[in-house]
Parts: sequence; structure tokens; C-alpha cells
Amino acid sequence: MTRVGRIRLIVIVAAIAALELACRTGLIDHRIIVPPSEMVVTLVRILASGSINADIVRTLGIIAIAAAISVVLGFALGLLVHALPRVREALDPFFATYYAVPIFIFYPVLIAIFGLSLVPILLIGVATAIVAMIIATLNGLDRVPRVLTKVARVHRMGAIATAVQLQLPAAAPYLFTGVKLSVSYGFIAVIASEFILAPAGLGRDIADAYADFNNARMYALMLFLLTIATVVNTALHAFDLRWARRRGRGAP
Amino acid sequence: MRRTVDTAIILLALVLIWQGLHVIVGETALPGPVPTLTYLARLVPTSRFAVNAAATALSFAYALLIAYGIGLAIGVWLGAHHLSGAVGEPILVALYSLPKITLYPVILLIFGLGVSGKVAFGALHGILPVALLTMAAIRNISTVYLKSARSMKLSHSQTIMTVLFPASLPEVVSGLRIGFTVTLLGVLLAEMFAAKQGLGFLIINAMSLLQTEEMIAIAVLLFAFAAVANAVLLWMEHQLHRRV
Repeated sequence: MTRVGRIRLIVIVAAIAALELACRTGLIDHRIIVPPSEMVVTLVRILASGSINADIVRTLGIIAIAAAISVVLGFALGLLVHALPRVREALDPFFATYYAVPIFIFYPVLIAIFGLSLVPILLIGVATAIVAMIIATLNGLDRVPRVLTKVARVHRMGAIATAVQLQLPAAAPYLFTGVKLSVSYGFIAVIASEFILAPAGLGRDIADAYADFNNARMYALMLFLLTIATVVNTALHAFDLRWARRRGRGAP
Repeated sequence: MRRTVDTAIILLALVLIWQGLHVIVGETALPGPVPTLTYLARLVPTSRFAVNAAATALSFAYALLIAYGIGLAIGVWLGAHHLSGAVGEPILVALYSLPKITLYPVILLIFGLGVSGKVAFGALHGILPVALLTMAAIRNISTVYLKSARSMKLSHSQTIMTVLFPASLPEVVSGLRIGFTVTLLGVLLAEMFAAKQGLGFLIINAMSLLQTEEMIAIAVLLFAFAAVANAVLLWMEHQLHRRV
């Protein structure tokens, strides 16, 4: 481990130890934050009991499906828009604004249309994630060397063959940034939806535990969710850096 | 000119899709564009709207102030001090991509159900992007600038005011722009999850009363506000980039 990595580890461990100490000495009220060690113990007990297995599968499943739809559909739409320069120019202001508007406030509207099921959650997940993939696809396609498209024309490749055999691999390092953002945005949107209103899921579990004043359970579930999010995001970030190096730049 | 027309055509297409969806799913689930906008025109002058909009605006203003203050301070520190930056950046990046809504109950337990909870939650969203982009802005300052400042024997404060500040400004402004967006989202999420006032509360309240017109009218209004604010900040950013 490098020196910087060691210092980082020390900082994180010290922060957790300070929180533990503050909770144990009564500096922080037990009713506000429970000690980190207690969060871990409760989490192990909950996981061992298997009572949240269905919710884990449900929440992570919805996130996975939303991310998968966003990546596949986003890539296809990116290809389409890239092929139509005039449409793309007209769409540019929308792309620049999309993540500036709180798309999430449409979640209640989707509930009104589709009812309280997993459809509105899935849709808001896709709506949040897909545009990042479209933008990443456009960025990637902009950087496909023109000579490759000429080769495709010389070989009389069809549109689909060109997309799959040529544009996809050539733009891949940039596309991965889109995949990373799709998963990360999908995660946030799905959890937020479950928090606000959902029939089941991990976000709903945490909101319920909060409503029941069951702090031990609430903090344990939070720890679980944040750990999963951190592991997934860190793994994607590490992959992204590797791709970034491959395309010959330092950062994504 | 042609571009503006094309963009207007797409906007019109979106409104037509909205109308089309309305016809398919029906009046109660999704009111059409015309009744929604007339409803909005009637809603805005009411005192009920004014009270809730003011509540959101107040929380948002406080949250933004705190997010900018703390975010800039962290960004300058991590950007200027190399070791702190190397240690802190991955931690900030990891925190930035977390679903922060998970932490809202903690905020509620600490700050209670009033304005301070909403402010804290909004600020929590905004601090990280402001800090990360400020840090990057300071790191990206070309070393030539610093060398010339040194060869001109500028004092510490002169270097900051005449070299570091103007050189990092465009990127800092883009951090402030993203901070603006996510802080607004944070405040609205807080109001949607638990609040007694505010536009986010009105939307959730309208949902439970099945008042879809009110729900969509407020959503459209917030969209328009965020889009205009973003356009203004983006324009400022372009002006600054051109100047440098």
C-alpha cells in the first residue's frame, strides 16, 4: 500500500473510532446515532435471519434491470442521434439541461399513472440513468477515427454490423463511463423512490425502521446499503480508470 | 436560427407526446398540457402557493450558502495542499456517488423536522461537487502562472487575488452550477420525504389526494426554474472561459 493509501486508511479508521467513542461516552445521544460496532452486530443478525433477503433481491434486481435497459437503449439512441447531426444539434440544449432539472419529482406522477408497483421505480431509474449513457455514447462516437467508418463503407457493412463490430469496440473506453454513471444514477433513483413511496425494498425498510423509531435496525440497513453502493461504485471507478488509461489519458 | 427552430420543434414534439399520453392514460392519471398550464396560472397567485414556495426558497437559499461556503473551503484546502488532496479525493468521490437520501433519517434525528433539517440535507448534496470541482480547478492551474508570480515577487495575497483566483474561476463556477442543481434536488427530496411545508411537500400531498394537475403543474414550474437558472450559470461559465 502506498503512503497516501495508508494515511487515507488511518483517516477513515480514526473517523469511525471517534464516532464510536463519542457514542459510547454519551457525547452523542444513543437515540440519535448508535455506535458503529452496534450497527455491524445488528446487521450481521439481520442478514443471518434472512428476513431482508427478498428486499435485497428486489432492490438490487430493479437497479440492475434499470441500469441494463439504460445502457442498451442509451447506446442505441446515442447511435441514432449521432447519425442525425441536425437532430443532435437541436437536442444539445436538452442534454445540457437534463441533469440540472430535478427529474425525480416526476416519480409521484408515474405512481399516479402506473399505480404503486415496481413499474414507476423502474421507469424513474431508467429516466435518470439513460441520458448519461446517451451522452457518453455521443462522446465516444465523436472520437471514433473517421478512417474506421470509411473501412466499413468499403466493406459494404450494414448499419447494424458497423455499430456492433466497429463503432462499439472503438468507442468502448468512453462508453464505460456511461455504464458507470448509469449504474450510479440508477442506484440513487431507485433508492430514493423506495424511500418516498414503494410497496417493498431496502429503501422502504429503512424508512419503516425510521418511522418505528427502530434506530438499531435503521442504522444497520443504512450501513448495508451504503457499503454495497461504495463497493459497486469503487469497482466501476477502478475499471473506468483502466479504460481511461487505455484510451491514453489520465482521467475519465 | 435554424438551430433555435429545431429546438423549438423538439419542445413542441414533447408537448404533443404529453398530450398523446394524456389521451391514452386518461384525464385523472395525466391531465393534458393545456389544463395543467391553466391550473398553474391559477395556482401561482394563491397564498397557499406563496407560503410553500417561500418555504422552499428560504431553505434552498440557506442550503446553497452553506454548501458554497463549506464546499469552497474544502476545495481550496484539498487543491492547495497536495497530500490532503491525494488522501481526500477518493473519499469525496465515494461519498459523492452515494445515494444520500439513505442518510436523511439521520439528518432528521439530529436536526428535527423543521427548516434546519431541509437545509442540512440540501447542503449535504451540494458540498461535494463544489469541493471536487474547486479542488480540480486549483490543481489545473498551469505552473507557468505560479512561476511568473514568483518571478514578479508577488506577495502571498497578491498571488491569490491576481493569479490563482482568476485562473481557477471558470471551473469553480461550473462547480457552483452543479452544486446549485443538486442542492435544489436535496431540498426537494427532503420536503418530499418528510416536511410540513414547501413545494416538494405540495407534490407529495397532491399525490395522496390524487390531484395530478397540481402535481404536474408544480413539477413543470420547478423544471422551468432549474432550467433557466442552469442556462444563466452556463452562460456565465462560457463568458469566463472566453475571457481566460
